[in-house]
Amino acid sequence: MGFLDSEFTDGNIVVAKAEDLLNWARLSSLWQVSFGLACCAIEMMATSASHYDFDRFGVIPRPSPRQADIIIISGTVTLKMATRIKRLYEQMPDPKYIISMGSCSNCGGPYWEHGYHVLKGVDRVIPVDVYVPGCPPRPEALLEGLLKLQEKIRNESMIKKSA
Amino acid sequence: MAIKTEEMVLNMGPQHPSTHGVLRLELVLEGEIIINVIPHIGYLHRCFEKHCEVMTYPQIVPYTDRMDYLAPMGNEFGYAIAMEKLLGLQIPERVEYIRVIMAELQRISSHLVALGTYGADIGAFTPFLYCFRDREKILSLFEITCGARLLYNYIWIGGLSHDLHPDFVRKTREFIKEFRPNLKEVNDLLSHNRIFIDRTANVGILPIDTAINYGVTGPNLRASGIKWDVRKEDPYSIYHKFDYEIPVGEGTYGTVGDSWDRYYVRVLEMEESCKIIEQALEQIPEGDVQSAIPKRIKPPVGHVYARVENPRGDLGYFIISDGSTSPYRVKVRAPSFVSMQILNELCKGYMVADVVTILGSIDIVLGEIDR
Amino acid sequence: MKNAEEILQILKENFPESNLELKTDQPTEAVLIAASLEIDKLSLFLRDSSELLFDSLMNLSGVDELKESLLSVYYHLESTSLKHKITIKVSTDRNKPEIPTVSEVWKAADWHEREAYDLFGIIFLNHPDLRRILMPYDWDAGYPLRKDYENPEFYQGMKVPY
Repeated sequence: MGFLDSEFTDGNIVVAKAEDLLNWARLSSLWQVSFGLACCAIEMMATSASHYDFDRFGVIPRPSPRQADIIIISGTVTLKMATRIKRLYEQMPDPKYIISMGSCSNCGGPYWEHGYHVLKGVDRVIPVDVYVPGCPPRPEALLEGLLKLQEKIRNESMIKKSA
Repeated sequence: MAIKTEEMVLNMGPQHPSTHGVLRLELVLEGEIIINVIPHIGYLHRCFEKHCEVMTYPQIVPYTDRMDYLAPMGNEFGYAIAMEKLLGLQIPERVEYIRVIMAELQRISSHLVALGTYGADIGAFTPFLYCFRDREKILSLFEITCGARLLYNYIWIGGLSHDLHPDFVRKTREFIKEFRPNLKEVNDLLSHNRIFIDRTANVGILPIDTAINYGVTGPNLRASGIKWDVRKEDPYSIYHKFDYEIPVGEGTYGTVGDSWDRYYVRVLEMEESCKIIEQALEQIPEGDVQSAIPKRIKPPVGHVYARVENPRGDLGYFIISDGSTSPYRVKVRAPSFVSMQILNELCKGYMVADVVTILGSIDIVLGEIDR
Repeated sequence: MKNAEEILQILKENFPESNLELKTDQPTEAVLIAASLEIDKLSLFLRDSSELLFDSLMNLSGVDELKESLLSVYYHLESTSLKHKITIKVSTDRNKPEIPTVSEVWKAADWHEREAYDLFGIIFLNHPDLRRILMPYDWDAGYPLRKDYENPEFYQGMKVPY
């Protein structure tokens, strides 16, 4: 039940909990850091293009991490790149969310066994909120991952720390 | 009294909206003029060559996809040709025709990404959306054939994984009919646009001798004026049966070999690919695409070097076999790896904003550089 | 356009003391085997001689031959004007691998040699800038593409194996 249902009939007054309002504002305009590493980045670009528009969910690309809310790690994370990802993560202001897109950043992907330079999962350096599986995931799968993240934000609470 | 000046080092880091992937450029500047550009690569090194030594020959095909992820059909084609040369396999004609059609469709789709992102780097966002709209049509053609949009695992050693869908020929003909006016639209928007010409003409001029000494191939070499194409010089598969031109740069708006030429050669190549696809669709015979696939691949002891014309240059595979089911050594000669070396030469003396122009016109893919 | 035997003949006439031989028993192409310390003189001649004109280096790759305890480098050369190709192989000892650079002759060799150094440990003498190119600059766990390479457990606090 959204807060628009509790509108009074005689005017322009809407009553809602402050938490719901803040969460709604946050999930409707998640600005992402344009950060693509490998093949999944091409599917991310295709998601932001006109066929599977990302913009209708409020997601626009920002070049700098200091102006962004989410970072979509799309592609293989190598040991050389992992230290730079950690630095980018620390530059983002709170509240920040991370979507790990594709097999390679979930768990190392096809390179899990013999890759000497591949980090087996980006959650070894930064905490991840949503994992999107696939190699590469279809644009519809990435949009579903975004919707799941929006679900998670909708149920967040300022008082209770979420797990 | 002269003012004391110092050189400044500016870092164009691995996360940047205009480097096509994870590339770090160290720019040594004197004011706004570039003195030196030092590229640092290796941020996407995924140990492809080590994987090849433990996987069997058919298992390597999905890994070759992921190197140049904008032209995976070309990568698989090159690997299949190298292995078929080593094994001495004869493959059915239908397989050859389908491989050529897929490779040319892939060339169009890869050039569309190159042109779309190049326009977005310069500042024109609309061609990006138009190019990706056309690319979606090609990806749906690939999807009805083998099930995947981006990384296919379709061209196997000795054949293909699936035969063509019954609707494929009709849908491809429709696509080509719709694509030609769209190409004209992109040309009107971008190629002859005054602002685009001012930003790209006479920027980053590559002379022919330097290009050959540095090993540059593909559209970058052809833009400097020399007609060098692996499909005509060292023909592989059935390219000798088709009638097509090799576009070269002519210095229409500036000097021969500048960034505008490198961009325009790609636009002309898309038109030539359309011609090849139309001819192939006319002549394609019937047959079984899986009849020549060997049950177990154990090549003789020896080595082979084979190359194909990928959208970025010529991709070479050097495979050494020791008689077992896995290769002993696979080395991939990636065209972008070799083309990156000229960045320093081309950028000297230009301003910082021109680095983005020159880098976009060379058209690199980091997955191929780092393997 | 010349084939491999004719190219060997021309090289033997111009470098009589060198130990050159052609290996033709394996598929698919013949390989010209040369001594490792002479490859820079041979390259200059191959590029500049008017009968050969090898102006383009297609590929340079390092190979680890564990059984013979050697590290080899294969050169694939091509002539864009005369349209012929040749493959050259040089080998050096595994414990002290040293090969002169050819990056003065063909600038394309520059990064290929850096990669061979990075992944195999082959030192190219007189190279303008020999440092690691694909692995991190402070990687001290060895040369990854050698057959006897073992993975380190941790790198800068991150666990490397699965």
